[in-house]
Amino acid sequence: MSEITLTINGQEVVAQEGQTVLEVAKAAGVDIPTLCNLPELVPSGACRLCTVEIEERGRKRLVASCVYPAEQGLKVETETPQVASGRRLVLELLMARAPGVKQLTEYGIRYGVDPRKFDDTDADMCILCGICVRYCAEVKGLNAIGFVGRGVDREVMFIPEIAAKECADCSECFRLCPTGVLPSNYGINRVPHFDFPPNSFCKP
Amino acid sequence: MSEQTTVDMAELLGRYGGDKSQLIQVLLEIQRRKRWLSAEDLEAVSTSLGIPYTQVYHVATFYKAFSLVPKGKHSISVCLGTACQVRNAPRLLDRIVDIFGVKPGDTSQDMQFSLDTVNCLGCCALGPVMMMDGQYYSKPTNEELERLASAE
Ligand code: SF4
Ligand code: FES
Ligand code: FES
Repeated sequence: MSEITLTINGQEVVAQEGQTVLEVAKAAGVDIPTLCNLPELVPSGACRLCTVEIEERGRKRLVASCVYPAEQGLKVETETPQVASGRRLVLELLMARAPGVKQLTEYGIRYGVDPRKFDDTDADMCILCGICVRYCAEVKGLNAIGFVGRGVDREVMFIPEIAAKECADCSECFRLCPTGVLPSNYGINRVPHFDFPPNSFCKP
Repeated sequence: MSEQTTVDMAELLGRYGGDKSQLIQVLLEIQRRKRWLSAEDLEAVSTSLGIPYTQVYHVATFYKAFSLVPKGKHSISVCLGTACQVRNAPRLLDRIVDIFGVKPGDTSQDMQFSLDTVNCLGCCALGPVMMMDGQYYSKPTNEELERLASAE
């Protein structure tokens, strides 16, 4: 691994190639809010709270620092007005999905969020951060919970056959869920056994 | 009830030799041959490729190409894209629902027809368009639809 230098908030920092921008910033004592990033899990860039601004060839853009690789000469800004407004939007969306979560509320105050900006009538509390899914797969190797569906229909679901065997003795993911919804999903959000006789629609 | 195609899963999976990168191809082939993926199929794929069931299930529910319920022998797609919409695609859809006896997203009781709506079939000038078993039909009349509905 070779050493590289990058600039964070105008300050030169030395990093190892292969580190993420978030890791480098943390080591340099720069605070970046995160939600879906746990040290023991492979970063997945799910929540976008760790958004920072980078400058490449004179062009600025917002990236998720937990998945963005530190590069030689990269310029990173962690608290510009653009970053703040990006994080504010992310927080407003997350808070619409999961109202009343302590960690989000705290960040919300910091970024002047209007917690009622978006009204999600079926706020189901799961922000799809994937911590439970990744923890079960990466740390426990059990794969009892997974993502199902796509887009607005995406959810986390337990595989009943595996959950019945493994979860009672583990349930370690419960305390990792940032919104606290996971324990109440257990037993309810299950992958259905879907080999039912097809179709209920009768020909008129 | 029409016959359900059965697939020799051992033979099918054997051909892919446990290659994890072929997950989507395997699922597509099962889908193509028996027109849906059962829980047992997904389990067999998971075991054979050594991919956790959670991930197989994730992929199977992610792509619209896969169905987790049995599909009819013939598949009908009705375009509700913008161009077809303004040429009264909803009316075409209603006629299809009546004539084929199947609702969008559903399969007729006799397992002959599955009906889905799509957002553009790529031939807007022909709209309103429907597709059945890979064939396009532009502004089909009731007679045409009835003929198709009596297809075996
Ligand atoms: S249940 Fe909790 S940990 Fe799992 S994805 Fe949803 S919010 Fe994240
Ligand atoms: S912490 Fe980086 S996207 Fe969630
Ligand atoms: S909108 Fe119907 S084919 Fe394009």
